[in-house]
Amino acid sequence: MKVALFATCLVDTLTPSVARATATLLQRLGHEVVVPPGQSCCGQMHVNTGYRREAVPIVANHVRAFAGAEAIVAPSGSCVASIHHQQAAVARRAGEHRLAEEAEELAGRTYELSQFLVDVLGVTDVGAYYPHRVTYHPTCHSLRLLKVGEAPLHLLRAVRGLELVELPGAEQCCGFGGTFAVKNADTSTAMLTDKMANVLGTHAEVCTAGDASCLMHIGGGLSRLRAGTRTVHLAEILASTEEAVTPDQTTKPAVSA
Amino acid sequence: MTATVPPKAPTFLGLPTAPRGVGHLRGDQSFPDAARGALRDGQLRANLGHATSTIRGKRAKVVGELPDWAQLREAGRALKAATMARLDEHLEELERQVTARGGVVHWARDANEANEIVTRLVQATGTSEVVKVKSMATQEIGLNEALEAAGLDVFETDLAELIVQLGEDSPSHILVPAIHKNRAEIREIFARTIPGVDPELTDDPRQLAMAARTHLRERFLRARVAVSGANFAVAETGTLTVVESEGNGRMCLTLPETLITVMGIEKVVPTWRDLEVFLQLLPRSSTGERMNPYTSTWAGVTPGDGPQEFHLVLLDNGRTGVLADEVGREALHCIRCSACLNVCPVYERAGGHSYGSVYPGPIGAVLSPMLTGVEDNASLPYASSLCGACYDVCPVAIDIPSILVHLRAEHVEAQERPTAEAVAFRGLARVMSHPRLWHLAQRASRLGRLIARGRPTLPNALPPPISGWTRSRDLPTPPKETFVESWVREHGS
Repeated sequence: MKVALFATCLVDTLTPSVARATATLLQRLGHEVVVPPGQSCCGQMHVNTGYRREAVPIVANHVRAFAGAEAIVAPSGSCVASIHHQQAAVARRAGEHRLAEEAEELAGRTYELSQFLVDVLGVTDVGAYYPHRVTYHPTCHSLRLLKVGEAPLHLLRAVRGLELVELPGAEQCCGFGGTFAVKNADTSTAMLTDKMANVLGTHAEVCTAGDASCLMHIGGGLSRLRAGTRTVHLAEILASTEEAVTPDQTTKPAVSA
Repeated sequence: MTATVPPKAPTFLGLPTAPRGVGHLRGDQSFPDAARGALRDGQLRANLGHATSTIRGKRAKVVGELPDWAQLREAGRALKAATMARLDEHLEELERQVTARGGVVHWARDANEANEIVTRLVQATGTSEVVKVKSMATQEIGLNEALEAAGLDVFETDLAELIVQLGEDSPSHILVPAIHKNRAEIREIFARTIPGVDPELTDDPRQLAMAARTHLRERFLRARVAVSGANFAVAETGTLTVVESEGNGRMCLTLPETLITVMGIEKVVPTWRDLEVFLQLLPRSSTGERMNPYTSTWAGVTPGDGPQEFHLVLLDNGRTGVLADEVGREALHCIRCSACLNVCPVYERAGGHSYGSVYPGPIGAVLSPMLTGVEDNASLPYASSLCGACYDVCPVAIDIPSILVHLRAEHVEAQERPTAEAVAFRGLARVMSHPRLWHLAQRASRLGRLIARGRPTLPNALPPPISGWTRSRDLPTPPKETFVESWVREHGS
């Protein structure tokens, strides 16, 4: 299949390795990947902060950039949730009915990575190798708005060498919430503190999730604590293979399965 | 000369729009400021974390028992939506039925009017003492303070409300007003404030309950006037309903000579049959019980049995304004079960007092600003990470996250002068809708690499609003090249 990759503004700008991994993975599974260069953002941050009128041209740009794409995949539950639940609504509210229809139609072809792999392609074993102890944080928008369900867990369980450990209080929000992390920095930090305690309690080497934004928040906190645990996006784990292990991974002993 | 048409009073769905809500709906601090103190209180966080996780577990268990929970929830949502669409007709029917059964109906546009009506009714009985059933409506209007200002003594009879009243505190949860207090703290309040209490009182829940019971029993037998709220009012029969766990409410509803019920106009349900749905949804969502230990219903007065005088005060206090908002209207569907509070990660950590209003938690973050006008409670719509746990548990499926986002937009759009944030977001929107500008901006973000000077994370001493992030989290240094740039370089555009 010809897959258009939506890198998302945050991944593209701050963690390009996540988009790179998504492309590598899809290509390895035999799909053609295209990256529309006109893409920028889904508009979620604007809508969620109260700038819904300002989000309309961003939605228009997104629709323009991905027009004609057969399937669109993004390594982010929250951006895909915004495309599904917000884009058409803000356009319609602004009286842009044609744009709303186009956005709605585009949303029907847009998938979060784990949903695309499991629900659309019907693949759970993507041939990955990742010899680490990993815990999975189901991010709120993946869990509740997109209802990705067990898809990421099915994918992780099929990764060779990976030891999956359950995260206590997994369904509690990490406290990111876009501008919430800045506007309510203290409450956000209190939520993050509990999330980090749960992550560290699993003694996992890696905390993974399907959203780079939540991982930036959790990872930023773990980095500040100088905790040994890292955050790695689900796409990067799934893109790892025995042939392509990073030096960092070869130096670490594989955790026995 | 053309005749000028006099401006019509704004109306919606047949109801005149009342003034904005007054009473205990506003705090004197913004949410982030109020939360800061609560977050530092380790005891409060421990009490809240323990209590909310216990109720969460109980709720999940009893909800899981019902195979048709999803259908019940949909029925509750649909009944509420249908009721709101013809609220005027249902309220008029309620008034007719209550009156036909010997009750008196009063309409209060706001908290002040409601307080005046109740004060006048109590004074007319010639008594100086009032017993109360736990009620959010009377908390909302500040009735206790109004009655006390008129020289009347008010006694809360719900155990948790009693704890709050004796401790000269304010409620911090819709259902468990003293949730922020643990047993040891409650023992201390009782030992200090209940006259003649056993000095050997321990913090054993049974002992505490018995101490409260002895104290209250005397009040019940003495009281001539009671004030209650209502969980539901059935329009077709004029029946009022109160559900509770302790039976103190039933004492108030049956012993005194005069009963005054204050109820928000959104509490009406059209028919008796509708209760079938709500009396299943409410206890499972609120206390994690299959049914309420006490469900009391009454209609008007019966000679020789129970109160001989019954007054119903129908309170607007901003509700018709909420009804006129097509997105926010759903907030009026709330049956005050408080399930959203118990799952909210923000409530669990910041506590109920941080919300400033008698309605805390997710539902408070939408209801309070809607009742008062968003400008009076501007920080509340932002007091959420939009995680959506509240929407998941709401027994009448109120889409709280969407209403929060809607209110944020109302707030932004109502600003007369652009704030620094608005300027930034408008600029960013322009950039994000033009790919060429976007790529330039992404390149500019790489200036962060200069500040980072080769380190993987940016330094902590960055200016606001970024400092809100870097106070507790490391921000990654932007990479040399964006993904799209590298892709175009390798594959062409």
